[in-house]
Amino acid sequence: MASLELHDVRKAYGDTLVLDGVSLAMEAREFVAFLGPSGSGKSTLLRIIAGLEMPDGGEVVLEGRRIDRLPPGDRDVAMVFQHYALYPHMSVRENMAFGLRNARVPGDEIERRIADAARILEIEAQLDRKPGQMSGGQRQRVAIGRAIVKHPKLFLLDEPLSNLDAALRTRTRVELAQLRLRVDAAVIMVTHDQAEAMTLADRIVVMNDRRIQQVGAPMEIYSRPANAFVASFVGSPAITLAPAELLPGEGAFARVRLASGAEVETRVRREGLNGDLRLGIRPENLAITAPGAGNIDAKVELVERLGDRTLVYARLPQGLQVTAQDEGSSRVRVGDTVGLRIDSADAHLFDADGTAHHAEPAA
Amino acid sequence: MRQGGLARRLEGFAFVGPFLLLYVFLLIYPLFLGIGISFHRADLFGARQWVGFDNYARLLADPVFHQSLINTFKLTLLIVPALTIVALALALALNRATRTAAVFRGLFFSSSVLSVTIVTLIWRFILTPDAGLVAEAMQALGKEPVPFLSDPNLTIPALAITTIWWSIGLPMMLFLAGLQQIPGDIYEAAALDRAGRWTTFRRVTLPSLRRTVILVVMLQTAAQLQIFGQAQLLTAGGPSGSSRPVVLFIYEVAFGRWELGYAIAAAEMLFLLVLAVTLIQYWAVTRRETEQ
Repeated sequence: MASLELHDVRKAYGDTLVLDGVSLAMEAREFVAFLGPSGSGKSTLLRIIAGLEMPDGGEVVLEGRRIDRLPPGDRDVAMVFQHYALYPHMSVRENMAFGLRNARVPGDEIERRIADAARILEIEAQLDRKPGQMSGGQRQRVAIGRAIVKHPKLFLLDEPLSNLDAALRTRTRVELAQLRLRVDAAVIMVTHDQAEAMTLADRIVVMNDRRIQQVGAPMEIYSRPANAFVASFVGSPAITLAPAELLPGEGAFARVRLASGAEVETRVRREGLNGDLRLGIRPENLAITAPGAGNIDAKVELVERLGDRTLVYARLPQGLQVTAQDEGSSRVRVGDTVGLRIDSADAHLFDADGTAHHAEPAA
Repeated sequence: MRQGGLARRLEGFAFVGPFLLLYVFLLIYPLFLGIGISFHRADLFGARQWVGFDNYARLLADPVFHQSLINTFKLTLLIVPALTIVALALALALNRATRTAAVFRGLFFSSSVLSVTIVTLIWRFILTPDAGLVAEAMQALGKEPVPFLSDPNLTIPALAITTIWWSIGLPMMLFLAGLQQIPGDIYEAAALDRAGRWTTFRRVTLPSLRRTVILVVMLQTAAQLQIFGQAQLLTAGGPSGSSRPVVLFIYEVAFGRWELGYAIAAAEMLFLLVLAVTLIQYWAVTRRETEQ
């Protein structure tokens, strides 16, 4: 059975439209990440699903039941808030029991569920402490525990890792991945961090400008972005989008010329392309060569040595900044002039309205 | 000690000095002077005659003082809980960002800026049996006007209502400030936890306001045990002492009968009473907190 379905959800605050006809269908036990910059509408969408905001139009259906007019507590969803929102005057145990008591779950059942959750989350020793006496990571676990004990049909996680320090964030990410295997429910996570979305989600919903830009598996989003926004938002460092001009020709695939005059043979089909294009190249498809030996020459502005690889930020003669990748032992230094070789087999083309045209995989 | 340590310390004293001086001369010195005078038969012109604990012994046997103590307790018990509950209810109702709420917040607070004289005048117009607002309303309904200011059973409630109306602003503002401190997301969490309005109030709002409630009750108790102006102006303590609180008793003894020693003895008793009640409340609160 399908888990959550959104049909044409719309929301405006006064004259400001924040969600414009959002539709989505989730499968049972699926983990979906809403990824987008701030103001993209992703948090509003989560709050509409939770019942904390009312949509102006559209339907929210969870496992066949329409829930968009129900109060939050009657929707079979549980939410982990960004700032945890634990009740400060209640112990950890009471925090977890509160919702169950309100739902009239029998006392021994409440005890059993709390014990289970505490064991899974390793917070058994803290059950009688107050949130104020705990660290951020422990509070995060309590917040997750409070959601787990409800046995909801859908978990909603609002930026769950954003308040943790870097080391704890990586660990909690792994724990969240393990946790989702234990729970028999679908999960939606709102995040602006693509690494979280890529590592945790089965599918990513990329949102921008009030709309869903693309829905797809993480690698699909990365390798076949639906448009220029998705291409530039997903991937770190960002993809280079270089203005390009389509060259006339007979071949099945498009040949383009960059502003510098360099010509690039892509594996994108020629049909349907015209006018002003942009060539999208990921850093890993842009290699450093000796000056004159690649497609174009560029001046190095910044070098980031990451150990296993080196990121080279360089500027083309026409002023466009590009990001290339070199091996870890790279000797490139700031101020050098280097050649860039474009591995055009994976290059994308974006037309004037941003729509992507992808390379055909080599036969 | 670091170099310049003494100079720095003197500098510190220079800053607190003026306040400390005023504090000592206006509060500490009179307190001890008062204790001294309370052991004398004294008048306002400086005549002193040592009488030991005589004033205190007289007070303990004085039925007028007893009555004023009882009146003070009655007033405090009527005013403090009602004031706390009404102020909390108003704060809950007005804790929203609408223009109407802002107007009402201002309206309810406005009574606090009036002097006790004005407040008493207003309530005299409302409560007086001849042509008062309440009396007119009752007569319009065909009922006898109620003699709020002359029936011994009604003077204390009348004083309590006047005081509540006058003092509602500050506790309401304290509660509003307390409510603003509660993060909004725990209310959202409570909504997802299926908590109804009453459960949310009892289990989320009230515990979050605990410290404010304690503060309001302690401040108001200390204030109402010293109630004076309203009683003097509205009923002058009458009829037959039925609405005379302790401070009015002190005032009458000191400036009516000119028995300064006796009045100060009563004042010292009131001081001890306020101190004791406040300490008991503080102790009860902190004890519960350490238990938790």
